[in-house]
Amino acid sequence: MSSTVIKDQPAGFSLAQYVTCLNGIVWREGLRFLHQRERFVSALVRPLVWLFIFAAGFRQVLGISIIPPYETYILYEVYIAPGLIAMIQLFNGMQSSLSMVYDREMGNMRTLLVSPLPRWYLLSCKLLAGTAVSLLQVYAFLLIAWFWDIEPPPIGYLTVLPALVLSGLMLGALGMLISSGITQLENFAGVMNFVIFPMFFASSALYPLWRVQEGSPMLYYVCLLNPFTHAVELIRFALYGQMNWISLAVVGGCTAAFMIGAVFAYDPSRGLSRRGPAGGET
Amino acid sequence: MTATDAPIAGQTPPDSRRRSDPAEIPALSIDGVSHSYGARRALIDIDFSVAPASFTALLGLNGAGKSTLFSLVTRLFGIQAGRISIFGHDIGLAPGEALRLLGVVFQPRTLDLDLSVTQNLLYHAALHGIDRREARLRAGEVLARIGLADRAGSKVRDLSGGQMRRLEIARALLHRPRLLLLDEATVGLDVKARADILGHVRRLVTEQGIGVLWATHLFDEIVPSDDLVVLHQGRVLAHGQVARIIADTGAQDINTSFTRLTEAAADCGSLSP
Repeated sequence: MSSTVIKDQPAGFSLAQYVTCLNGIVWREGLRFLHQRERFVSALVRPLVWLFIFAAGFRQVLGISIIPPYETYILYEVYIAPGLIAMIQLFNGMQSSLSMVYDREMGNMRTLLVSPLPRWYLLSCKLLAGTAVSLLQVYAFLLIAWFWDIEPPPIGYLTVLPALVLSGLMLGALGMLISSGITQLENFAGVMNFVIFPMFFASSALYPLWRVQEGSPMLYYVCLLNPFTHAVELIRFALYGQMNWISLAVVGGCTAAFMIGAVFAYDPSRGLSRRGPAGGET
Repeated sequence: MTATDAPIAGQTPPDSRRRSDPAEIPALSIDGVSHSYGARRALIDIDFSVAPASFTALLGLNGAGKSTLFSLVTRLFGIQAGRISIFGHDIGLAPGEALRLLGVVFQPRTLDLDLSVTQNLLYHAALHGIDRREARLRAGEVLARIGLADRAGSKVRDLSGGQMRRLEIARALLHRPRLLLLDEATVGLDVKARADILGHVRRLVTEQGIGVLWATHLFDEIVPSDDLVVLHQGRVLAHGQVARIIADTGAQDINTSFTRLTEAAADCGSLSP
């Protein structure tokens, strides 16, 4: 094989080209989101049902003592709001991974994966795009929740943004990692049963951990090890202008671990190549 | 591939003469590539090359390994054995440099049905780092060339099968590649749409100097002047100019030639990996 190569373009890619690629992927994800209005509505209805119905029913059952970051007694609705925000991001992350599985089955994923830009960068862009979509959903929820007396301090709407970005990235990266291991769209229902529900219920989203500890010490430790718990707490503290450093470290670490795992799993020399061409191809 | 000979049953042609000339670096070079799915061997020691500004047909029945080969060339799959280069850029070592010279039309549709024709093109351009203004210019050009300018704002799901394929070809050309791979690009289309697409791709070779690798299982898409790679059960049975392969197999047409090649390969047991 000759070592001669043809070079009619400069080697590598400029920063502007990387930015163009990121913009393109975010733009496409945004367009898809706009085209799927029912996805936006359902993403909002789900937490609102929990807020309007579930929380109203449990308000009298579950007493919430004064725990950080709250400085006084709070309504149960106020307590579960950060958990519902994290739930929006959890479902969005899984929805993104579902669309990646769908794209892979339908062939659209190939368009992304044959781009000449580095694969880790393409997947990161995809992750950022999914997180951006989740932010729209979260702020729409916070707006409606404000009318339901969920009124964090005004600065909280700003300080929660970095926490939302980080938790969105973590949950999106988890979804991406899961999607890399799902070979058929039909298998995705299992994700609901084995990932979303356990993560949500075994966390501090619906009840404070000291309550869980009273009921089941074992479950308490499960909740402590659940990264979703830390996403909820990171959001809860940030919404009140405070920082939970342990949650920040856990969410940051998990984001990095899940992302590395996803890039590793989508590496052609490891992941897709073991599965063979899609059905019908030769 | 500027074939001057037509080796039979997996023999490798002496092509070192061509490769030694820097002016004729192969658009695509596949050297000793093998691939397995677990215990099943999908490709076995594949060797061939595609010359710039040439039309090479990759002929094989369903299951021959064409799509696996395409997945390796496009880096969707990692290379297990052998080497693949695009204009001298090793796809494993310099994937960015190799992929920017490559345009691909996959066998399944890969368009986003909910986006418009132009939006699909702009998305593809962004994935290649082409800024929005330049991308719009190029999109207008390629749409005019394939006769879809009047459908620029249409949702892709409203296009016919033939129009979608033409759009996929236009998309594959948007970043101005020098090598175009098409995997069963005419499957499911009517006769006229097939002829239109094939004619368009052949003009890309003669008018724009693009190297084309055209995977197909349809004999009538191949003409005697084409270069041909016959792939059967994961092995290359013959490659060279179509007319030469037909002559070497003592056949009258490519259909008979293909039958003789596959029967001969089965007889000598070369197809039992």
